[in-house]
Amino acid sequence: MTLALPSAPSQTSRRQVLVGTALVAAAAGMLIAGMLAMWMKFRAGAPTRESADGLKIIKDWMSKDIIVPEVAANTMFATFPFAALMAQWAVYAAKRRDGQHRSLALVILFGIGIAIVNAQVAIYAQMEVVVAEGAFGAMFYAITGTMLALIVSGMAFTAVAFFRSVGGRDDDLQVISANALYWYFLTAAFTAVWFFVYVQK
Amino acid sequence: MVSVRALHLGEITPEVRKGHGVSPGDHPKMTTNDTHVGASTKSSGSSVVASVGQWMTSSDHKKIGRLFIGWSLVHAIEVAVIGIIFGLERMSPSSMQIFDGDAALQLSWLFRHVLVLGLLAPLFIGIAIAVVPMQVGSKAIAFPRLAQYGFWAWFFGSGLVLISLIANGGPNGGNADMGDLFLMGVGLLLVGLLSASISVATTILTSRALGMSLDMIPAFSWSALIASIATLLTVPVAMSNIIYLYVDHTYAQNAFGGGKGMETWLGWIYSAPHTFVFVIMALGVLAEVAPVAARVRQPLRPVLLGGIALISTATIGAVTQTNHVLDLSGTNGDKLSSTVLFLLTNGLPLLGMLVALAVAMLSFKEGKPTVNAAFAFSILGVLMILAGATGSFLANIKDADLQGTSFAEGVTLYLAYGGVLVALGALTHWAPKLWGVVLDDKKVLGLAGLGLIGTVLSSLPLYIAGFADQPANIVTGFDYDGPVALWNVLAAAGSALIALVVLAYVGLLVAAVRAGAGAKDDPWDAHTLEWSIPSPAPANNFASLATVSSSEPLLDAKPSQEVPA
Repeated sequence: MTLALPSAPSQTSRRQVLVGTALVAAAAGMLIAGMLAMWMKFRAGAPTRESADGLKIIKDWMSKDIIVPEVAANTMFATFPFAALMAQWAVYAAKRRDGQHRSLALVILFGIGIAIVNAQVAIYAQMEVVVAEGAFGAMFYAITGTMLALIVSGMAFTAVAFFRSVGGRDDDLQVISANALYWYFLTAAFTAVWFFVYVQK
Repeated sequence: MVSVRALHLGEITPEVRKGHGVSPGDHPKMTTNDTHVGASTKSSGSSVVASVGQWMTSSDHKKIGRLFIGWSLVHAIEVAVIGIIFGLERMSPSSMQIFDGDAALQLSWLFRHVLVLGLLAPLFIGIAIAVVPMQVGSKAIAFPRLAQYGFWAWFFGSGLVLISLIANGGPNGGNADMGDLFLMGVGLLLVGLLSASISVATTILTSRALGMSLDMIPAFSWSALIASIATLLTVPVAMSNIIYLYVDHTYAQNAFGGGKGMETWLGWIYSAPHTFVFVIMALGVLAEVAPVAARVRQPLRPVLLGGIALISTATIGAVTQTNHVLDLSGTNGDKLSSTVLFLLTNGLPLLGMLVALAVAMLSFKEGKPTVNAAFAFSILGVLMILAGATGSFLANIKDADLQGTSFAEGVTLYLAYGGVLVALGALTHWAPKLWGVVLDDKKVLGLAGLGLIGTVLSSLPLYIAGFADQPANIVTGFDYDGPVALWNVLAAAGSALIALVVLAYVGLLVAAVRAGAGAKDDPWDAHTLEWSIPSPAPANNFASLATVSSSEPLLDAKPSQEVPA
């Protein structure tokens, strides 16, 4: 007597890259959430001082000399949804097996990434925060630097997806979807960083 | 249909067909297999260098898992030796016996660090990497290079931490440069554990055999999924602290308190409830081994899976980075708030462990149990973990006045050494698949007993000393009424026994592998897919993939798919 298990059909699509990216995004989300929680804790615990005009008592958290370049910060905030839009366009094109538009969307997405990095560098240059100047300095560079690293990782992901796309991988929907998922995460994460670091300060 | 010869199933007894137990003598006859990877490797005659290179670059999940397991066991011996030194140093707390103040401080940090991040966490992650793909019916682990990177990041991170602590660079240490190295090392090894966790979780979520829904996955794989996701949620929070500490420590040292700040902001990683996250898989091992030993299908399986999942509520306590202490002073609102947080972060994980233990043991009531070494190690280890979790519950009751005492050390030791015992049970259970051997049951049973004594000896005296207000993580400058020397000598003796048990176990394993006694493909008459493939498991696990329709696919397949010869 012999026995058997029913055999499975040939390997189905396993969505490993998409699920793996979702898990990475969840972990990176906890990283940013943890950093923002600490930011708020330190900000709430900062001593108080009179405002520059002497009319109110404010938190002595950020040096009086530091001016947040709101144009650059708000431009970054406004640019992220466009990045997500481009990532989704790439998914749309990939579903239609439209290689030209898929590659174009990824190139534009990468370009937006460069613009975001450029804006962050401009913020660093204009704010001139001293890293050794209290909690604010160290935490500002730590949290924005971490966000920058996550953005650069997203750009690297986009570059890989682009080269696969121009290499003729018409069946690469999963990688392009994962890339889009990561940019959605970046958009959400930067929105939180923008609000707590650049708006609420 | 995939024939039994391809899947290496055995003949089925009528008892199995009915879904009930089988008697101990009714082991199915195993098919033979001459395509074992282990056999071909032995005869290859490759050089040592090539072999080392193969191990360093292999993307075979079983090799990566065994690397994690092997180095974790090295750390187990290391930590036990530190425990011995620590106990002896505390015998006479009025003066230093072996080390000076700085060295003792760094040694205490090394002890805590290796117990949790050098031993407990990687040991179970290693077992998960090695076993989970086989259990869920996958040919490989998802992202094998990520898992491989995870091991090396953890390995080198552990090395950096060791170097920094030896050079007085840990928390409260006197060497600032080495302090930076310590943070870098902890960060690197946490990235390694995260990478490995992503690999394990993705495998379970995406690479299951056809028909295996999430509620059908084996109990150990379920616990690995829960533990991996809990790790993904808690470890990044630790990483966020490390990034802040690193920037502050390198450039400013004024916001986070320099070296002392490391203790303040990183201490929670090494203590309960965060450590509960790392023992979730221990309950999964017991839940896997118990029904096999009892020769019965797991009763109340959904409740079991729920109990294991409930332990992950420790995540809430971990990410808030604080012990939620039960403080019944103040207004009724304060009492309510304190009680809810306390029960949420300390009570629910304990309840989850109790539920998982109770349901796993139900199989013994309904089946025809045989106590084998794997089960003995697992149940004793889980009981020790439960002793640790109960201790943590008590330690966080303010009126017990145990905060900051050696009681907390006892908790960590119960969890870590209990985890080691369970892990040895898991290795005994899966040794046929990982090394192609079955260990001598009687000898390993003896080690399980010794391991129990060692764990109790190393931890219980610290509980008792905690009630006498012996401070935690300090070796000198304290005194109290009671036999100070006795408690600490007993703790040292317990650690010595654990070192002995681990060494003896590794010796037995090495001897068995060298003897080359081939294990049967399904020596335990087990229930899950990994037992349908040869022992040791070949490089790509399954010659052909199968479809499953229950949580015990092998039991199902044996009776229900009989076809004429």
